[in-house]
Amino acid sequence: MTAETIIQSLASGLLMGLLYGLIAAGLALIFGLMDVVNFAHGEFLMIAMYATFFLFAFFAIDPLLSAPLVAAALFVFGAVVYLLIVRFAVRAKANAGMVQIFATFGLAIVMRGLAQYFFTPDYRSITHSWLGGKTLSLAGVFLPVPQLFGAMTAIAAFVVLYFFINRTDFGRALEATREDAGAVALVGIDKNRVFALGWGLGAALVGLAGAIMAIFFYVYPDVGASFALIAYVTVALGGFGSVFGAFAAGIIVGLVEATTALILPPSLKSVGIYAVYLLVVFIRPRGLFGSL
Amino acid sequence: MDQDFSQRRRRDLLVAAVLAGIAALVPLFVKDVYVQNIMVLTLMYAALSQSWNILSGYCGQISLGHALYFGLGAYTTALLFMKFGVLPWFGMLGGGLISAVIAMALGYPCFRLRGHYFVIATIVIAETALLLFQNWDWAGAALGIDIPVHGDSWLKFQFARSKLPYFYFALALACIAWLVTWWLEDSKWGYWWRAVKDNPDAAESLGVVVFNSKMGAAAVSAFLTAIGGSFYAQFVSYIDPESVMGFQFSLLMALPAVLGGVGTLWGPVLGAVILIPLTELTRSFIGGSGRGVDLIVYGTLIVAISLARPEGLVGLFSPRRKEIAR
Repeated sequence: MTAETIIQSLASGLLMGLLYGLIAAGLALIFGLMDVVNFAHGEFLMIAMYATFFLFAFFAIDPLLSAPLVAAALFVFGAVVYLLIVRFAVRAKANAGMVQIFATFGLAIVMRGLAQYFFTPDYRSITHSWLGGKTLSLAGVFLPVPQLFGAMTAIAAFVVLYFFINRTDFGRALEATREDAGAVALVGIDKNRVFALGWGLGAALVGLAGAIMAIFFYVYPDVGASFALIAYVTVALGGFGSVFGAFAAGIIVGLVEATTALILPPSLKSVGIYAVYLLVVFIRPRGLFGSL
Repeated sequence: MDQDFSQRRRRDLLVAAVLAGIAALVPLFVKDVYVQNIMVLTLMYAALSQSWNILSGYCGQISLGHALYFGLGAYTTALLFMKFGVLPWFGMLGGGLISAVIAMALGYPCFRLRGHYFVIATIVIAETALLLFQNWDWAGAALGIDIPVHGDSWLKFQFARSKLPYFYFALALACIAWLVTWWLEDSKWGYWWRAVKDNPDAAESLGVVVFNSKMGAAAVSAFLTAIGGSFYAQFVSYIDPESVMGFQFSLLMALPAVLGGVGTLWGPVLGAVILIPLTELTRSFIGGSGRGVDLIVYGTLIVAISLARPEGLVGLFSPRRKEIAR
């Protein structure tokens, strides 16, 4: 193992890690807002990837152009999921935690079934997109352009998100609602509206990630499952509810995954991520940046 | 309440005995192998879900990694038989004990975690074990193990011609899991677990050793789950890591209890009796041609029941039960 291989894998690990951070951001946002883990998060990613694929296949719209469209579509989808399902799941008085898990998990199964039904279980991929297959050489390190673009998008998304949460009225309403949903009702903020918008925003973030992932990853009905687990681990590692903890944890997860792949057989690369998660929560039971 | 409670417990025991008796007679009238197969699976899931319910329902420690113990049971039995010629009956006991010990070893650090941190830890540990088994050549790696069938034998617990022995074993397993739960419900452990579930801090201050309660629940739950795994290995006579240790399995084990009623005596049984035949029937009638229609039906059902009946379907039968299961 030469120094070059190590630098090369750490560089790709960093790029992938930023993307993991972007995938996990929506999950962390929704959890922070209302203490709900969306067990259909991976399926949100899956439909975003399909949307990107079909916009390319039918209308020849490049993923770079369709990414904002897909994010917008996912925004609507996320808000609808909140209004139709999650709104009722959080009302449950008995077994509240269990109901949330299984209501969103049931949704995930339905979405996978629908994808199999309408799109068949075939693996699909986008060929000849603007960025697909290109690499960039930076001081002797080769970086795949789609992943590089994804990483830059992730950084941009987090910067925008930071200002959005801290500087806009909606952001303040989000913060206020997560602090005390009862009190905000008294000052005229509709809790359901804030939650619906929060779900929309969370889904839009994973939609953005999905559009970029579709450039370099296969699209199939079960694609969400493997990324969803990484997203849960990322969010928990960062500390539930902390959007920026998820960002930092995403980078750690990407780097750990790349390092593990250097030491162990590639099929075991996730073991490193899992081991780091367990190690961190055994020492800090609320994750790295969790305050809840 | 005491009077009521002991009366209910006697009635539960009676109902269970009658149901088990009826179930034991069913194969005399139902000769169709396909239907018998569904009945075996239903009983197996009832037993598994009952075991899961002890840790996750009564004690409130939601595990989505029980596939680990199921897989350990299946692999211990299969490997001991294949590599050392140990009879499945001993393998079954060995698998159960190994699982119980591992559950406590894992519980030692994990039970400090709360809420979603705990749930994700259980998923991650089971996934790690899955990946390790997929890469463990001695244990057949990703291809798994094909258990050679030498013909019908109770000694080796394998039957090629008839499903009936499997049916009666699964029925016995479901009854044992139910009886263990029934017995624990009114033991000091049962009360401790419910206290730990409701409010661990209050329980601790009243003298319940929260940590030991969780460890006890984990050991019993893992032991019974592993026995189910051993049974499954003998029943299908072929196992591979994905089919006995995959995340899907952890969910399949939890679902009957969730739909029937978490932390209740009858929830897992009721959930399994409704869910498993429905799953198997949709899979064979519309699954093959419809490409995923079975998933759509199944998922819709899960969403609908968890929204409409968060306390589970047992609530439909007895409104008082909820208050007792508190």
